[in-house]
Amino acid sequence: MALERCDVEKLAYLARLGLDDAQLDSSTASLNTVLDMINAMQAVNTDNVTPLANPLEATQRLRTDTVTESNQRDDYQALAPAVENGLYLVPKVID
Amino acid sequence: MHQLTLANISKALAAKQFSAHELTTHLLARIKQLDPQVNSFITVTEDAALQQAQAADQLRSEGQSSALLGVPLAHKDLFCTQGVRTSCASKMLDNFIAPYNATVIEKLNQAGCVSLGKLNMDEFAMGSSGETSFYGASKNPWDLERVPGGSSSGSAAAVAARLVPAATGSDSGGSIRQPAAFTGLTGIKPTYGRISRWGMTAYASSFDQAGFLAHNAEDCALLLQATAGFDERDSTSAQQPVDDYPAALTQPLQGIRIGLPKEYFDDRLDARIGDAVHTAIEQLKQLGATFVEVSLPSLPHAVATYYVIASAEASTNLARFDGVRFGYRCEAPKDLEDLYLRSRNEAFGEEVKRRIMMGTYALSTGYYDAYYLKAQKIRRLIKNDFTNAFEQVDLILGPTTPNLPWQLGAKANDPVAAYLEDIYTVPANLAGIPGLSMPAGVIDGLPVGVQLQAPYFQEARLLQVAHQFQQHTDWHTRTPAGF
Amino acid sequence: MQWETVIGLEIHAQLATDTKIFSGSATEFGAEPNTQASLIDLAMPGTLPVLNEEAVRMACMFGLAINAEIGEYNIFARKNYFYPDLPKGYQTSQMDDPIVGLGHLDIALEDGSIKRVGITRAHLEEDAGKSLHEDFSGMTGIDLNRAGTPLLEIVSEPELNSAKEAVAYARAIHTLVRYLNICDGNMAEGSFRCDCNVSVRPKGQTELGTRTEIKNVNSFRFIERAINHEIQRQIDLIEDGGKVIQETRLYDPNKDETRSMRTKEEANDYRYFPCPDLLPVHIPREMLDSLRKDLPELPTQKRERFEQDFGLSTYDASVLSASRELADYFEAVEKICQDAKLATNWVMGELSSLLNKENLDIAQSPVSAEQLGGMLLRIKDNTISGKIAKMVFEAMAEGEGDADSIIEKRGLKQVTDSGAIEALLDDVLAANAEQVEQYRASDENKRGKMFGFFVGQAMRASKGKANPQQVNELLKKKLDQ
Repeated sequence: MALERCDVEKLAYLARLGLDDAQLDSSTASLNTVLDMINAMQAVNTDNVTPLANPLEATQRLRTDTVTESNQRDDYQALAPAVENGLYLVPKVID
Repeated sequence: MHQLTLANISKALAAKQFSAHELTTHLLARIKQLDPQVNSFITVTEDAALQQAQAADQLRSEGQSSALLGVPLAHKDLFCTQGVRTSCASKMLDNFIAPYNATVIEKLNQAGCVSLGKLNMDEFAMGSSGETSFYGASKNPWDLERVPGGSSSGSAAAVAARLVPAATGSDSGGSIRQPAAFTGLTGIKPTYGRISRWGMTAYASSFDQAGFLAHNAEDCALLLQATAGFDERDSTSAQQPVDDYPAALTQPLQGIRIGLPKEYFDDRLDARIGDAVHTAIEQLKQLGATFVEVSLPSLPHAVATYYVIASAEASTNLARFDGVRFGYRCEAPKDLEDLYLRSRNEAFGEEVKRRIMMGTYALSTGYYDAYYLKAQKIRRLIKNDFTNAFEQVDLILGPTTPNLPWQLGAKANDPVAAYLEDIYTVPANLAGIPGLSMPAGVIDGLPVGVQLQAPYFQEARLLQVAHQFQQHTDWHTRTPAGF
Repeated sequence: MQWETVIGLEIHAQLATDTKIFSGSATEFGAEPNTQASLIDLAMPGTLPVLNEEAVRMACMFGLAINAEIGEYNIFARKNYFYPDLPKGYQTSQMDDPIVGLGHLDIALEDGSIKRVGITRAHLEEDAGKSLHEDFSGMTGIDLNRAGTPLLEIVSEPELNSAKEAVAYARAIHTLVRYLNICDGNMAEGSFRCDCNVSVRPKGQTELGTRTEIKNVNSFRFIERAINHEIQRQIDLIEDGGKVIQETRLYDPNKDETRSMRTKEEANDYRYFPCPDLLPVHIPREMLDSLRKDLPELPTQKRERFEQDFGLSTYDASVLSASRELADYFEAVEKICQDAKLATNWVMGELSSLLNKENLDIAQSPVSAEQLGGMLLRIKDNTISGKIAKMVFEAMAEGEGDADSIIEKRGLKQVTDSGAIEALLDDVLAANAEQVEQYRASDENKRGKMFGFFVGQAMRASKGKANPQQVNELLKKKLDQ
């Protein structure tokens, strides 16, 4: 399994990374080197092995349904690139 | 003062040999003078540090005393610190003033620690050399031409250069243990879930674990004692009771069984490091430990497994950096797509982008089973390897790294070569078990680390063995020339 | 060609918890923008989710109510895509192991038949924020108050065969979640939203046609119209030699049409994987047992009980059990008057039209169940006639008090004294002597209409108060003399 430049272009778009042409070329090359290393694991026999998602294999703890948060909008929005009337602003979204 | 361990600082403060304010002033001056050589700090919080020190002195004068009251620390720049920039060494968060404290920070503040500032690291903890930082690489105080290891590069460099007696770090694939080994420090990565992840910017959620880099096991024990424990804000936080770590240090090693995984001693390993490890083994034998060979047969696949899962998790953990609510936004985006594409491309470094794309690939339709799911299955096999080994032994010992710290830039164009350097550290993260690296030699002027790994929640065992070793060796007291 | 329609619905019900699914922020509707958006809701670096137990409980209740399989473990997964109303860049949802597995719901159709609709699954997930497209200097504004509100996404099997069936199913789910008190069902506020998957195929064909998905239809009326429109569009398209493209469409109620959403569908790859910040959720059997014990009577059970105990038709029973409040009202009325038929007629008749006209729901009814029941008692004991009852009902609606005091105050008590009625009839017959003669002269079969005339005159003369039955009997006697 090796990646073509067009595959990397798709991945970059899925991840919303606006790579330029030179970046696409170099990324294709470097991702393929990494893939070569990773592909060795395909040889491991994993028949009947249950995937391990979390090392501790505990179960989810539940939170009581009680309001613990108060309005901190001004503090939080001080970090934002653009706000108006309490809203975060982004370039016009067209549905 | 700057040569003192944290435990000795604690004693000196209690004995009023100097005040926290004096110590802080002294260290701030050292940082100003020496940090340009090692580039370990991203942000120095001078005023806040002096205030905290003064407050600690005040409390002490009122009769309060606790192990960490007035003790200076610095924090890896991925722990959120309220009111202080928390950059993750990324252009993305260069302007991000965290609006809250991480649980680790909160607990250390409550213990009376003085924070000198925020430490350099690989960008978003992705790297094992410190070179992916937006703020430039940190340098190894033992040889300024070499890397201090990573991703907790600034933590290692700052402590090794005696700019601060200990530092927080985080370890997802070796990011505490490897830099500790590279800089002659003791570094502990606790069991996954032992210290809360709340407020620690996520790289790979099922691997990330906070820990410490310090001069010795005793200091690590004090810091772990103050920070370990259940946190209701972290669903993956362990509810296991916390042991008394400082008390465990003094237990003798008689009867302790230590396993040597044969896969850790193959031809990947620099023979000189192998010799240093064997010298350490002999010393531990004299202290009463017995050694047997064990096997971790899936070890050769650990690096691949780790990179697949960690990249997959990172690819979505970093999706929140979109230029909307915080962080970098590109100039004059022409539409929403442009905002995303340019903000993220301009503000993430090359390694971060590589891992995001790798992870995106591993999760994408048609490749999920072959990569992500396959890796999760091998992760199970690796965990099973440890479970089997720990049926025979109490601890596992081996080298922390296959090689000595490399020259800055040496692996910059070869990501795989850098990834493979993590071979001895990633297994503990895959299994979630605790690990510790302690200094065990110096080769050509560069420190060597020995790694101990223990079953879940047996940090006390790690600290005990390291402490006993450090009672009979002086590698941990060596200071790099010029610091 | 004969076409068959296949519809499946995905319903998003906002769960009526006090706080969000993964944070302690309030979920109140209508708060100032971003005042209910906490560190977690904003996806600040380092923040982590912890699951709300109430959301889990509510989802389990729903599962029990549709007789679904509820697995011992369910898993949260990340659904990855970029959108400004999705702060983390992924939606925490469920994919492979949803909390509620295969179940079913019986729905009553208009013709009185019952259809069992399969429910593939129901899973927990977080709602997104809102994009406000009013002009902010050419920008879109993002409000994240709604981000993280718990949703139960209820996915039906593609087993609905008409827009009417789809609406009946959606209504049945709406009724159910409100019975269970797990969703306020407020469609205008977006608490209950519906995506419709629609396809057509030639009658007899077994494989499904290509489907389109109509997003976020926010009223039952629009569901029916949007689906009908989409069915017709697909049929026209195919009959003209075209092909249906699998896509997402939006219904525009103003133009009554669906249109394609301009999204890069082909580029979507959600990359679901288990969320590493959340662990498998364990549902202990004991918890299900105790929830099962606490389940209220469900709409279907109530409908069946109404049919059995009160002898109602399936249709009447399903209308009266459509909401818990209406059913409670009806039962209270029935209990007072002890006459289910009468209670049904009045609740579904006068009361419903009054509420419709005033645009009120049953909880806001100006006539209480006690008042209506009390009035029906007066009909039953012949104190008032049905006709007078309508006047009394209107007076009660105007707030003039209960039936007895209105009857008393307005002197509406029915005249049942046969002497008085006879006297009244004598007056009426005397005043209409000519008609009496015509009546007596005409054939039996023509007398009906004329008889009605005399009854009308008599009732008018009594101001409606004469007992109609007695009027009929005595009048007949007198005319036949």
